[in-house]
Amino acid sequence: MDKKSAFINLKGICFGYPGSQPDVIQDLNFTFFRGDRVGLIAPNGSGKTTLFHIIMGLIQPTSGIIEIDGEEIRKPKDFQAVRRKIGLLFQDADDQLFSPTVLEDVSFGPLNLGKSREEALQISRDILGFLGLHDFQDRITFTLSGGEKRLVALATVLAMEPKVLLLDEPTAGLDLDTKEKLIQILNRLDLSYIVISHEFDFITAVTNHIYTMENGKIILDEELHVHRHEHVHRSGKQPHKHV
Amino acid sequence: MIQEPFAAGSSCIHGLDPRFRIVIAFLFSMVVALAGEFLVLEISFVVSVLLVCLAGLHLKKVLKQLLSILGFMLLIWLVLPFTYEGELLYRVGPLEITKPGVLLCARITIKSIAILLIFISLVSTMTISALGHALGRLHIPGKLVQLLLMTYRYIFVIEQEYQRLTTAMKIRGFRSGTNIHSYRTYAYLIGMLFVHASIRAQRVQNAMLCRGFKGRFYSLVEYRPSLRN
Repeated sequence: MDKKSAFINLKGICFGYPGSQPDVIQDLNFTFFRGDRVGLIAPNGSGKTTLFHIIMGLIQPTSGIIEIDGEEIRKPKDFQAVRRKIGLLFQDADDQLFSPTVLEDVSFGPLNLGKSREEALQISRDILGFLGLHDFQDRITFTLSGGEKRLVALATVLAMEPKVLLLDEPTAGLDLDTKEKLIQILNRLDLSYIVISHEFDFITAVTNHIYTMENGKIILDEELHVHRHEHVHRSGKQPHKHV
Repeated sequence: MIQEPFAAGSSCIHGLDPRFRIVIAFLFSMVVALAGEFLVLEISFVVSVLLVCLAGLHLKKVLKQLLSILGFMLLIWLVLPFTYEGELLYRVGPLEITKPGVLLCARITIKSIAILLIFISLVSTMTISALGHALGRLHIPGKLVQLLLMTYRYIFVIEQEYQRLTTAMKIRGFRSGTNIHSYRTYAYLIGMLFVHASIRAQRVQNAMLCRGFKGRFYSLVEYRPSLRN
Protein backbone atom coordinates (compact mmCIF):
# COMPACT_ATOMS: atom_id res chain seq x y z
CA MET A 1 0.00 0.00 0.00
CA ASP A 2 1.26 3.42 -0.89
CA LYS A 3 2.08 4.98 2.44
CA LYS A 4 1.78 8.54 1.24
CA SER A 5 -1.54 8.64 -0.57
CA ALA A 6 -4.22 10.97 0.73
CA PHE A 7 -6.72 9.08 2.89
CA ILE A 8 -8.93 11.93 4.02
CA ASN A 9 -9.23 14.95 1.77
CA LEU A 10 -11.49 17.82 2.78
CA LYS A 11 -12.06 20.76 0.45
CA GLY A 12 -13.91 23.95 1.29
CA ILE A 13 -15.95 22.48 4.14
CA CYS A 14 -18.39 24.88 5.83
CA PHE A 15 -20.65 24.16 8.76
CA GLY A 16 -22.46 26.19 11.38
CA TYR A 17 -24.76 25.27 14.21
CA PRO A 18 -28.15 26.95 14.00
CA GLY A 19 -28.27 30.12 16.07
CA SER A 20 -24.54 30.57 16.51
CA GLN A 21 -22.46 32.96 14.45
CA PRO A 22 -19.90 32.85 12.92
CA ASP A 23 -19.88 29.33 11.47
CA VAL A 24 -17.73 26.97 13.50
CA ILE A 25 -16.12 25.57 10.34
CA GLN A 26 -15.39 27.95 7.48
CA ASP A 27 -13.92 26.93 4.16
CA LEU A 28 -11.76 24.26 5.80
CA ASN A 29 -9.18 22.40 3.72
CA PHE A 30 -7.31 19.45 5.14
CA THR A 31 -5.49 16.44 3.77
CA PHE A 32 -4.61 13.44 5.86
CA PHE A 33 -2.19 10.90 4.46
CA ARG A 34 -1.85 7.21 5.19
CA GLY A 35 0.76 6.68 7.87
CA ASP A 36 0.20 10.12 9.39
CA ARG A 37 -0.13 10.56 13.12
CA VAL A 38 -1.63 13.93 13.65
CA GLY A 39 -2.45 15.88 16.79
CA LEU A 40 -5.12 18.55 16.90
CA ILE A 41 -4.79 21.00 19.74
CA ALA A 42 -7.14 23.96 19.84
CA PRO A 43 -9.38 25.85 22.25
CA ASN A 44 -12.80 24.56 23.28
CA GLY A 45 -15.52 25.31 20.78
CA SER A 46 -13.15 25.67 17.84
CA GLY A 47 -14.86 22.85 15.95
CA LYS A 48 -12.58 19.86 16.50
CA THR A 49 -15.30 17.41 17.46
CA THR A 50 -17.56 18.84 14.75
CA LEU A 51 -14.83 18.12 12.23
CA PHE A 52 -14.63 14.48 13.37
CA HIS A 53 -18.39 14.13 13.10
CA ILE A 54 -18.32 15.59 9.59
CA ILE A 55 -15.68 13.06 8.53
CA MET A 56 -17.83 10.22 9.94
CA GLY A 57 -20.98 11.54 8.28
CA LEU A 58 -22.78 12.17 11.58
CA ILE A 59 -23.13 15.84 10.63
CA GLN A 60 -23.68 17.07 7.09
CA PRO A 61 -21.62 20.11 6.12
CA THR A 62 -23.45 22.95 4.39
CA SER A 63 -20.91 22.91 1.58
CA GLY A 64 -17.61 21.33 0.59
CA ILE A 65 -16.21 18.09 -0.74
CA ILE A 66 -15.22 15.05 1.32
CA GLU A 67 -12.97 12.43 -0.24
CA ILE A 68 -12.15 9.30 1.71
CA ASP A 69 -9.67 6.75 0.40
CA GLY A 70 -9.69 8.42 -3.02
CA GLU A 71 -13.47 8.43 -3.43
CA GLU A 72 -15.78 11.37 -3.11
CA ILE A 73 -18.55 10.86 -0.59
CA ARG A 74 -21.82 12.20 -1.95
CA LYS A 75 -24.75 10.43 -0.32
CA PRO A 76 -25.31 9.75 3.38
CA LYS A 77 -25.30 6.05 2.48
CA ASP A 78 -21.71 6.30 1.22
CA PHE A 79 -20.65 6.88 4.82
CA GLN A 80 -21.46 3.26 5.69
CA ALA A 81 -18.29 2.29 3.85
CA VAL A 82 -16.38 5.16 5.49
CA ARG A 83 -17.28 3.87 8.94
CA ARG A 84 -15.62 0.56 8.15
CA LYS A 85 -12.39 2.36 7.32
CA ILE A 86 -12.37 5.03 10.01
CA GLY A 87 -12.99 4.39 13.70
CA LEU A 88 -14.12 7.19 16.00
CA LEU A 89 -13.44 7.09 19.73
CA PHE A 90 -16.03 9.28 21.43
CA GLN A 91 -15.31 11.78 24.18
CA ASP A 92 -17.61 10.01 26.61
CA ALA A 93 -17.05 6.25 26.76
CA ASP A 94 -20.53 5.81 28.22
CA ASP A 95 -21.94 6.74 24.83
CA GLN A 96 -20.01 3.96 23.21
CA LEU A 97 -20.59 1.08 25.61
CA PHE A 98 -24.24 0.12 25.58
CA SER A 99 -24.20 -3.68 25.71
CA PRO A 100 -24.44 -5.46 29.05
CA THR A 101 -21.06 -7.16 28.92
CA VAL A 102 -17.68 -6.11 27.54
CA LEU A 103 -17.42 -9.03 25.12
CA GLU A 104 -20.86 -8.31 23.65
CA ASP A 105 -20.00 -4.67 23.21
CA VAL A 106 -16.70 -5.34 21.47
CA SER A 107 -18.36 -7.90 19.17
CA PHE A 108 -21.17 -5.50 18.21
CA GLY A 109 -19.13 -3.91 15.40
CA PRO A 110 -17.79 -7.11 13.81
CA LEU A 111 -21.29 -8.67 13.90
CA ASN A 112 -22.67 -5.59 12.11
CA LEU A 113 -19.98 -6.05 9.47
CA GLY A 114 -21.45 -9.48 8.76
CA LYS A 115 -18.89 -11.60 10.59
CA SER A 116 -20.01 -14.93 12.02
CA ARG A 117 -20.31 -15.38 15.77
CA GLU A 118 -17.07 -17.33 15.95
CA GLU A 119 -15.15 -14.75 13.93
CA ALA A 120 -16.60 -11.89 15.95
CA LEU A 121 -15.69 -13.59 19.21
CA GLN A 122 -12.19 -14.35 17.96
CA ILE A 123 -11.61 -10.75 16.85
CA SER A 124 -12.96 -9.39 20.14
CA ARG A 125 -10.84 -11.71 22.27
CA ASP A 126 -7.73 -10.87 20.23
CA ILE A 127 -8.32 -7.13 20.61
CA LEU A 128 -9.01 -7.41 24.35
CA GLY A 129 -5.84 -9.47 24.68
CA PHE A 130 -3.84 -6.90 22.73
CA LEU A 131 -5.03 -4.17 25.09
CA GLY A 132 -4.28 -6.30 28.14
CA LEU A 133 -7.96 -6.70 29.00
CA HIS A 134 -8.19 -10.53 28.86
CA ASP A 135 -10.10 -10.73 32.11
CA PHE A 136 -12.68 -8.14 31.14
CA GLN A 137 -14.81 -10.24 28.76
CA ASP A 138 -17.66 -10.90 31.17
CA ARG A 139 -17.46 -7.66 33.11
CA ILE A 140 -20.60 -5.52 33.09
CA THR A 141 -19.87 -2.38 31.11
CA PHE A 142 -21.34 0.18 33.49
CA THR A 143 -19.46 -1.15 36.50
CA LEU A 144 -16.08 -0.42 34.88
CA SER A 145 -13.99 2.50 36.11
CA GLY A 146 -13.45 5.55 33.91
CA GLY A 147 -10.06 4.36 32.68
CA GLU A 148 -11.31 0.83 32.02
CA LYS A 149 -14.29 2.20 30.10
CA ARG A 150 -11.97 4.24 27.90
CA LEU A 151 -9.79 1.23 27.06
CA VAL A 152 -12.82 -0.97 26.37
CA ALA A 153 -14.28 1.77 24.16
CA LEU A 154 -10.98 1.77 22.26
CA ALA A 155 -11.31 -2.01 21.92
CA THR A 156 -14.79 -1.63 20.44
CA VAL A 157 -13.40 0.76 17.83
CA LEU A 158 -10.36 -1.41 17.04
CA ALA A 159 -12.60 -4.46 16.61
CA MET A 160 -13.95 -2.82 13.44
CA GLU A 161 -10.40 -3.22 12.05
CA PRO A 162 -10.28 0.37 10.79
CA LYS A 163 -7.46 1.87 8.76
CA VAL A 164 -7.59 5.22 10.50
CA LEU A 165 -8.60 6.23 14.01
CA LEU A 166 -10.12 9.50 15.13
CA LEU A 167 -9.56 9.94 18.86
CA ASP A 168 -11.62 12.64 20.57
CA GLU A 169 -9.84 13.65 23.78
CA PRO A 170 -8.82 10.11 24.70
CA THR A 171 -7.02 11.22 27.85
CA ALA A 172 -9.82 13.30 29.37
CA GLY A 173 -10.32 12.20 32.95
CA LEU A 174 -7.62 9.51 32.91
CA ASP A 175 -5.01 9.07 35.62
CA LEU A 176 -1.29 9.07 34.85
CA ASP A 177 -0.97 5.28 34.70
CA THR A 178 -3.82 4.82 32.25
CA LYS A 179 -2.51 7.73 30.19
CA GLU A 180 0.89 6.05 30.03
CA LYS A 181 -0.79 2.80 29.01
CA LEU A 182 -2.70 4.59 26.26
CA ILE A 183 0.52 6.15 24.93
CA GLN A 184 2.13 2.71 24.77
CA ILE A 185 -0.90 1.20 23.04
CA LEU A 186 -1.06 3.97 20.43
CA ASN A 187 2.63 3.65 19.69
CA ARG A 188 2.28 -0.12 19.31
CA LEU A 189 -0.62 0.20 16.87
CA ASP A 190 0.14 0.02 13.20
CA LEU A 191 -2.53 2.60 12.38
CA SER A 192 -2.80 6.18 11.26
CA TYR A 193 -4.78 8.49 13.47
CA ILE A 194 -5.86 12.00 14.35
CA VAL A 195 -5.92 12.84 18.07
CA ILE A 196 -7.76 15.72 19.67
CA SER A 197 -6.30 16.62 23.04
CA HIS A 198 -5.58 19.54 25.28
CA GLU A 199 -2.59 17.80 26.77
CA PHE A 200 0.58 18.87 25.10
CA ASP A 201 2.74 16.11 26.61
CA PHE A 202 0.36 13.42 25.48
CA ILE A 203 0.01 14.80 21.97
CA THR A 204 3.76 15.09 21.45
CA ALA A 205 4.23 11.53 22.73
CA VAL A 206 1.87 9.93 20.21
CA THR A 207 1.93 12.10 17.07
CA ASN A 208 4.42 13.50 14.61
CA HIS A 209 2.56 16.59 13.40
CA ILE A 210 0.53 19.04 15.42
CA TYR A 211 -2.22 21.10 13.89
CA THR A 212 -4.38 23.74 15.44
CA MET A 213 -7.72 25.28 14.48
CA GLU A 214 -8.33 28.96 14.04
CA ASN A 215 -11.31 30.79 12.55
CA GLY A 216 -12.85 27.51 11.45
CA LYS A 217 -9.73 26.37 9.58
CA ILE A 218 -6.96 23.86 10.28
CA ILE A 219 -3.44 25.27 10.45
CA LEU A 220 -0.19 23.33 10.67
CA ASP A 221 1.59 24.41 13.82
CA GLU A 222 5.15 23.38 13.08
CA GLU A 223 7.21 26.49 13.75
CA LEU A 224 8.98 27.00 17.02
CA HIS A 225 7.45 29.80 19.00
CA VAL A 226 9.43 32.01 21.32
CA HIS A 227 7.33 32.26 24.42
CA ARG A 228 7.59 33.38 27.99
CA HIS A 229 6.14 31.86 31.06
CA GLU A 230 6.80 32.31 34.72
CA HIS A 231 8.62 29.49 36.41
CA VAL A 232 10.32 28.70 39.65
CA HIS A 233 13.63 27.04 40.40
CA ARG A 234 16.64 27.41 42.69
CA SER A 235 19.15 30.15 41.91
CA GLY A 236 16.55 31.63 39.62
CA LYS A 237 17.80 35.11 40.48
CA GLN A 238 21.00 34.57 38.51
CA PRO A 239 20.79 35.52 34.80
CA HIS A 240 20.34 32.28 32.83
CA LYS A 241 18.91 30.79 29.64
CA HIS A 242 16.73 27.79 28.84
CA VAL A 243 17.11 26.13 25.46
CA MET B 1 -30.39 2.52 42.09
CA ILE B 2 -31.54 -0.81 40.70
CA GLN B 3 -29.90 -3.68 42.48
CA GLU B 4 -29.84 -7.36 41.72
CA PRO B 5 -29.74 -8.70 45.27
CA PHE B 6 -30.49 -12.31 44.30
CA ALA B 7 -28.66 -12.58 40.98
CA ALA B 8 -25.43 -13.97 42.39
CA GLY B 9 -25.52 -17.46 43.80
CA SER B 10 -24.56 -21.04 43.19
CA SER B 11 -27.73 -22.94 44.10
CA CYS B 12 -29.29 -25.54 41.82
CA ILE B 13 -31.82 -22.91 40.74
CA HIS B 14 -29.09 -20.48 39.70
CA GLY B 15 -27.68 -23.29 37.57
CA LEU B 16 -30.88 -23.88 35.60
CA ASP B 17 -31.22 -22.55 32.08
CA PRO B 18 -32.74 -19.02 32.31
CA ARG B 19 -35.21 -19.80 29.52
CA PHE B 20 -36.54 -22.76 31.43
CA ARG B 21 -36.89 -20.68 34.58
CA ILE B 22 -38.76 -17.90 32.79
CA VAL B 23 -41.20 -20.33 31.16
CA ILE B 24 -41.85 -22.14 34.45
CA ALA B 25 -42.35 -18.87 36.33
CA PHE B 26 -44.76 -17.68 33.64
CA LEU B 27 -46.81 -20.91 33.58
CA PHE B 28 -46.83 -21.18 37.35
CA SER B 29 -48.09 -17.64 37.84
CA MET B 30 -50.78 -18.20 35.18
CA VAL B 31 -52.02 -21.24 37.10
CA VAL B 32 -51.93 -19.39 40.43
CA ALA B 33 -53.64 -16.32 39.01
CA LEU B 34 -56.49 -18.33 37.49
CA ALA B 35 -56.94 -20.92 40.25
CA GLY B 36 -59.93 -20.58 42.58
CA GLU B 37 -59.54 -23.66 44.76
CA PHE B 38 -57.83 -23.11 48.08
CA LEU B 39 -56.09 -26.47 47.82
CA VAL B 40 -54.34 -25.40 44.58
CA LEU B 41 -53.39 -22.09 46.14
CA GLU B 42 -52.00 -23.72 49.25
CA ILE B 43 -49.93 -26.18 47.23
CA SER B 44 -48.55 -23.43 45.03
CA PHE B 45 -47.75 -21.32 48.06
CA VAL B 46 -45.78 -24.19 49.60
CA VAL B 47 -44.02 -24.83 46.28
CA SER B 48 -43.02 -21.17 45.96
CA VAL B 49 -41.64 -21.13 49.52
CA LEU B 50 -39.73 -24.34 48.79
CA LEU B 51 -38.24 -22.80 45.64
CA VAL B 52 -37.08 -19.75 47.58
CA CYS B 53 -35.41 -22.10 50.10
CA LEU B 54 -33.89 -24.14 47.27
CA ALA B 55 -32.40 -20.99 45.75
CA GLY B 56 -30.62 -20.40 49.05
CA LEU B 57 -31.68 -16.76 49.21
CA HIS B 58 -31.18 -14.48 52.15
CA LEU B 59 -34.56 -14.72 53.91
CA LYS B 60 -34.38 -11.24 55.36
CA LYS B 61 -33.91 -9.77 51.88
CA VAL B 62 -36.79 -11.84 50.53
CA LEU B 63 -39.07 -10.56 53.31
CA LYS B 64 -37.98 -7.04 52.49
CA GLN B 65 -39.10 -7.56 48.89
CA LEU B 66 -42.44 -8.90 50.15
CA LEU B 67 -42.96 -5.71 52.13
CA SER B 68 -43.36 -3.89 48.83
CA ILE B 69 -46.84 -5.39 48.36
CA LEU B 70 -47.80 -5.01 52.00
CA GLY B 71 -49.47 -1.63 51.52
CA PHE B 72 -51.55 -2.94 48.67
CA MET B 73 -52.62 -5.98 50.71
CA LEU B 74 -53.51 -3.78 53.67
CA LEU B 75 -55.75 -1.67 51.47
CA ILE B 76 -57.55 -4.76 50.21
CA TRP B 77 -58.08 -6.13 53.73
CA LEU B 78 -59.42 -2.76 54.86
CA VAL B 79 -61.94 -2.44 52.05
CA LEU B 80 -63.05 -5.78 50.60
CA PRO B 81 -64.37 -7.63 53.71
CA PHE B 82 -66.69 -4.72 54.45
CA THR B 83 -67.91 -4.01 50.95
CA TYR B 84 -68.26 -7.45 49.39
CA GLU B 85 -71.82 -8.72 49.53
CA GLY B 86 -72.63 -12.14 50.91
CA GLU B 87 -73.00 -14.25 54.03
CA LEU B 88 -72.40 -12.29 57.23
CA LEU B 89 -69.39 -13.39 59.25
CA TYR B 90 -69.01 -10.74 61.92
CA ARG B 91 -70.49 -7.39 62.81
CA VAL B 92 -68.41 -4.44 64.02
CA GLY B 93 -70.80 -1.70 64.99
CA PRO B 94 -72.53 -0.55 61.82
CA LEU B 95 -70.02 -2.44 59.59
CA GLU B 96 -70.56 -5.97 58.34
CA ILE B 97 -67.71 -8.32 57.56
CA THR B 98 -68.78 -10.87 54.94
CA LYS B 99 -67.45 -14.39 54.50
CA PRO B 100 -66.94 -14.21 50.71
CA GLY B 101 -65.12 -10.90 51.23
CA VAL B 102 -62.64 -12.44 53.66
CA LEU B 103 -62.14 -15.48 51.43
CA LEU B 104 -61.49 -13.24 48.42
CA CYS B 105 -58.93 -11.27 50.40
CA ALA B 106 -57.20 -14.43 51.50
CA ARG B 107 -57.10 -15.70 47.93
CA ILE B 108 -55.66 -12.45 46.60
CA THR B 109 -53.04 -12.39 49.36
CA ILE B 110 -51.90 -15.97 48.82
CA LYS B 111 -51.86 -15.50 45.06
CA SER B 112 -49.78 -12.31 45.18
CA ILE B 113 -47.26 -13.69 47.65
CA ALA B 114 -46.92 -16.99 45.76
CA ILE B 115 -46.39 -15.26 42.41
CA LEU B 116 -43.92 -12.81 43.91
CA LEU B 117 -41.97 -15.61 45.58
CA ILE B 118 -41.89 -17.61 42.37
CA PHE B 119 -40.45 -14.65 40.49
CA ILE B 120 -37.96 -13.95 43.26
CA SER B 121 -36.77 -17.55 43.27
CA LEU B 122 -36.73 -18.20 39.53
CA VAL B 123 -36.39 -14.88 37.67
CA SER B 124 -34.63 -12.48 40.04
CA THR B 125 -31.91 -15.11 40.49
CA MET B 126 -30.54 -14.15 37.06
CA THR B 127 -28.97 -10.87 36.00
CA ILE B 128 -31.04 -8.48 33.89
CA SER B 129 -28.66 -9.15 31.03
CA ALA B 130 -29.23 -12.92 31.30
CA LEU B 131 -32.97 -12.23 31.45
CA GLY B 132 -32.76 -10.15 28.29
CA HIS B 133 -30.88 -12.81 26.37
CA ALA B 134 -33.15 -15.57 27.60
CA LEU B 135 -36.20 -13.58 26.46
CA GLY B 136 -34.52 -13.09 23.10
CA ARG B 137 -33.95 -16.81 22.75
CA LEU B 138 -37.59 -17.42 23.68
CA HIS B 139 -38.42 -15.43 20.54
CA ILE B 140 -39.64 -12.32 22.31
CA PRO B 141 -39.26 -9.56 19.65
CA GLY B 142 -35.70 -8.24 19.53
CA LYS B 143 -36.80 -4.63 19.84
CA LEU B 144 -38.48 -5.28 23.19
CA VAL B 145 -35.43 -7.15 24.50
CA GLN B 146 -33.10 -4.35 23.41
CA LEU B 147 -35.43 -1.82 24.99
CA LEU B 148 -35.14 -3.70 28.28
CA LEU B 149 -31.35 -4.03 28.09
CA MET B 150 -30.70 -0.43 26.97
CA THR B 151 -33.06 0.94 29.61
CA TYR B 152 -31.23 -1.04 32.23
CA ARG B 153 -27.87 0.14 30.90
CA TYR B 154 -28.70 3.84 30.76
CA ILE B 155 -30.87 4.05 33.91
CA PHE B 156 -27.55 4.11 35.75
CA VAL B 157 -26.13 6.89 33.63
CA ILE B 158 -29.29 8.94 34.05
CA GLU B 159 -29.21 8.27 37.78
CA GLN B 160 -25.61 9.50 37.92
CA GLU B 161 -26.66 12.60 36.03
CA TYR B 162 -29.48 13.12 38.52
CA GLN B 163 -27.01 12.76 41.40
CA ARG B 164 -24.65 15.28 39.81
CA LEU B 165 -27.43 17.79 39.31
CA THR B 166 -28.79 17.42 42.85
CA THR B 167 -25.28 17.73 44.29
CA ALA B 168 -24.76 20.86 42.23
CA MET B 169 -28.00 22.22 43.66
CA LYS B 170 -27.08 21.31 47.22
CA ILE B 171 -23.61 22.82 47.19
CA ARG B 172 -25.18 26.06 46.16
CA GLY B 173 -27.37 26.02 49.21
CA PHE B 174 -30.59 24.62 47.80
CA ARG B 175 -33.00 23.28 50.41
CA SER B 176 -36.34 22.01 49.26
CA GLY B 177 -39.39 23.58 50.83
CA THR B 178 -43.00 24.26 50.04
CA ASN B 179 -42.48 27.27 47.82
CA ILE B 180 -42.46 28.27 44.19
CA HIS B 181 -38.67 28.43 44.12
CA SER B 182 -38.38 24.76 45.11
CA TYR B 183 -41.02 23.62 42.66
CA ARG B 184 -39.43 25.58 39.86
CA THR B 185 -35.99 24.16 40.69
CA TYR B 186 -37.34 20.62 40.64
CA ALA B 187 -39.07 21.32 37.35
CA TYR B 188 -35.74 22.53 35.92
CA LEU B 189 -34.02 19.44 37.29
CA ILE B 190 -36.50 17.08 35.63
CA GLY B 191 -36.42 19.09 32.42
CA MET B 192 -32.62 18.98 32.43
CA LEU B 193 -32.67 15.21 32.91
CA PHE B 194 -34.94 14.80 29.89
CA VAL B 195 -32.76 17.08 27.79
CA HIS B 196 -29.59 15.25 28.85
CA ALA B 197 -31.19 11.87 28.21
CA SER B 198 -32.30 12.85 24.75
CA ILE B 199 -28.91 14.32 23.81
CA ARG B 200 -27.25 11.20 25.14
CA ALA B 201 -29.60 9.00 23.12
CA GLN B 202 -28.49 10.93 20.03
CA ARG B 203 -24.81 10.38 20.89
CA VAL B 204 -25.31 6.68 21.60
CA GLN B 205 -27.07 6.30 18.26
CA ASN B 206 -24.16 8.07 16.54
CA ALA B 207 -21.71 5.74 18.24
CA MET B 208 -23.74 2.77 17.05
CA LEU B 209 -23.86 4.12 13.49
CA CYS B 210 -20.08 4.50 13.57
CA ARG B 211 -19.81 0.84 14.33
CA GLY B 212 -21.88 -0.21 11.36
CA PHE B 213 -25.30 -0.49 13.01
CA LYS B 214 -28.00 -0.97 10.39
CA GLY B 215 -31.03 -1.44 12.60
CA ARG B 216 -30.49 -5.10 13.44
CA PHE B 217 -29.10 -6.57 16.60
CA TYR B 218 -27.11 -9.76 16.44
CA SER B 219 -26.85 -11.99 19.45
CA LEU B 220 -23.61 -13.55 20.57
CA VAL B 221 -25.30 -16.28 22.53
CA GLU B 222 -25.97 -19.43 20.64
CA TYR B 223 -29.08 -21.50 21.03
CA ARG B 224 -28.33 -24.45 23.25
CA PRO B 225 -31.38 -26.61 23.83
CA SER B 226 -30.40 -27.94 27.24
CA LEU B 227 -31.92 -27.71 30.68
CA ARG B 228 -28.67 -26.84 32.41
CA ASN B 229 -26.99 -23.64 31.50
